[in-house]
Amino acid sequence: MKPTTRYGRLAWLTPWLYLAVPLALLVTFTYVPVGAMLSYSLTDWDGVSPDREFVGVDNYVALFTRPELFKVFVVSLYYLVASVVQIGVALYFAAVLTFRTRFRNLFKGILFFPYLVNGVAVAFVFLYFFRRGGTLDTVLGLFGVADGPFWLGDRDIVNISLSGVSVWRFAGLNFVLFLGAMQSIPQELHEAAELDGAGRWQVFRHIIAPGIRPVIGLSVILAVSGSLSVFEIPYIMTGGAGGSLTFVIQTVKLAFQFNKTGLASAAAVVLLALILLITWAQRRLVPDERRSAA
Amino acid sequence: MRALATTLKYLSLVGASIVVLLPLVTIFLTSLRTPEEMAGGDPLGLPGNWLNLANYRTAFTNGDMLVAFGNTAFILLFSITGAVLIGSTAAYAIDRFRFRLKKLVVAAFLFATLVPGVTTQVATFQVVDAFGLFNTRWAPILLYLGTDIVAIYIFLQFIRSVPVALDEAARLDGANSFTIYRKVILPLLKPAIATVVIIKGITVYNDFYIPFLYMPAEDLGVISTSLFRFKGPFGAHWEVISAGAVLVIVPTLVIFLLLQRFIYNGFTAGATK
Repeated sequence: MKPTTRYGRLAWLTPWLYLAVPLALLVTFTYVPVGAMLSYSLTDWDGVSPDREFVGVDNYVALFTRPELFKVFVVSLYYLVASVVQIGVALYFAAVLTFRTRFRNLFKGILFFPYLVNGVAVAFVFLYFFRRGGTLDTVLGLFGVADGPFWLGDRDIVNISLSGVSVWRFAGLNFVLFLGAMQSIPQELHEAAELDGAGRWQVFRHIIAPGIRPVIGLSVILAVSGSLSVFEIPYIMTGGAGGSLTFVIQTVKLAFQFNKTGLASAAAVVLLALILLITWAQRRLVPDERRSAA
Repeated sequence: MRALATTLKYLSLVGASIVVLLPLVTIFLTSLRTPEEMAGGDPLGLPGNWLNLANYRTAFTNGDMLVAFGNTAFILLFSITGAVLIGSTAAYAIDRFRFRLKKLVVAAFLFATLVPGVTTQVATFQVVDAFGLFNTRWAPILLYLGTDIVAIYIFLQFIRSVPVALDEAARLDGANSFTIYRKVILPLLKPAIATVVIIKGITVYNDFYIPFLYMPAEDLGVISTSLFRFKGPFGAHWEVISAGAVLVIVPTLVIFLLLQRFIYNGFTAGATK
């Protein structure tokens, strides 16, 4: 822990030499934008013209009062529900695969792989999947269900379809995190419990579940902040049309299509504040000793 | 009872595998079809000729995939090397030196991981533009290095397990702090470097939004944006779009099959940072 003393009075400078480049990049591309965003959010700037007017908190008021801006939060609810499903599915398959299973690695690989696939490719795969007369309609046809709805064209269904894609894509990460945490619980505990006559459900309930609490807490955070920041899949698949506009797509459109830099900045600040709030809440609720060591 | 549970368990595993694989398999089958077969319509039907690579040829040449893979490789090379250097030097400074404001520096890096990148682009765009980096490959490279610094956490975790006694011994032999970093610390950080390379590599390879926003120029497509551009010209030609998607997915699949264990560990370490 001691700095080198060979440079005498300049020794204090050494750590800063190593930190100079990382800090310069961090400040330039994270903190300057965050600061700029805060100041833009109080103006009516259009992003190009030299002058801008200070408008106070008008942009923030608009976000929460104009219904056409506010309704994007309703769309987030679909993704929030989907992430509950996602965590449930991941938990189930992680629990199943902690016990001895044939082809365990194959199943693990299949369930995880979607998480690695390029988002644009995922979007195209599912555009084809949901297309009229596409894969989903054909499969449903095999079960005698004809005339399925327009999966991406029907306002009442589009968000269910899109959040379904999100479950398909992200459940694998939760699953691998849960499985890793479960497998780090000593096998002897399982065996001892089974010798005592515990069933699998009891082993799960009393031995596995307590051991993975921190990872579940982390997944809930990732899920909640993830459902607020949904962007890529709906942006590529529907462009936010037909009632599928998410908070981030709206922000991006405000900024880069409608040149409402001020309003878009306010929206971005709201999202940042929400995510910080959720993270703070999680750290209060689920303290994690490994994290506090960092 | 046990037998029933086991049956249900395998049924659910097979069911989930079908849900995961079916959309991908249909895209693969579609990529091998001729336009005439496409008109027939059945998405589950098998292609007449399993070696029909015409769509791949169209996708690869008309879709500018060669340029795209080149640009992606360029960005990958610099952003991964940069992430390893920046992450390891910063972790070295933070873990091995005592200095004022250390807590603040650590907090500054920690806080940055929480900032949702997609939305701050509203303001980041102005910064990138001011540096004249718009429509250059340096814009994404610098943004990947300056915004998501997961690498620092991974290196911090590993560097703690490198005994300080090794530094001391090297210092007694007359090594300066850079020699210690270069000859003692960095070689022992190999597992961390592997993790960072994998996580950063996959994230950068898959990123769509940053190149989409900062490199709209025709010749600056990366694989994500080039594939995205298929939507226009190949509009209804699903056999070509499918071939493009398969071309993008296959490298990921190969890397995954070769490096499975590292990938699982990497993402576990990255997410629980």
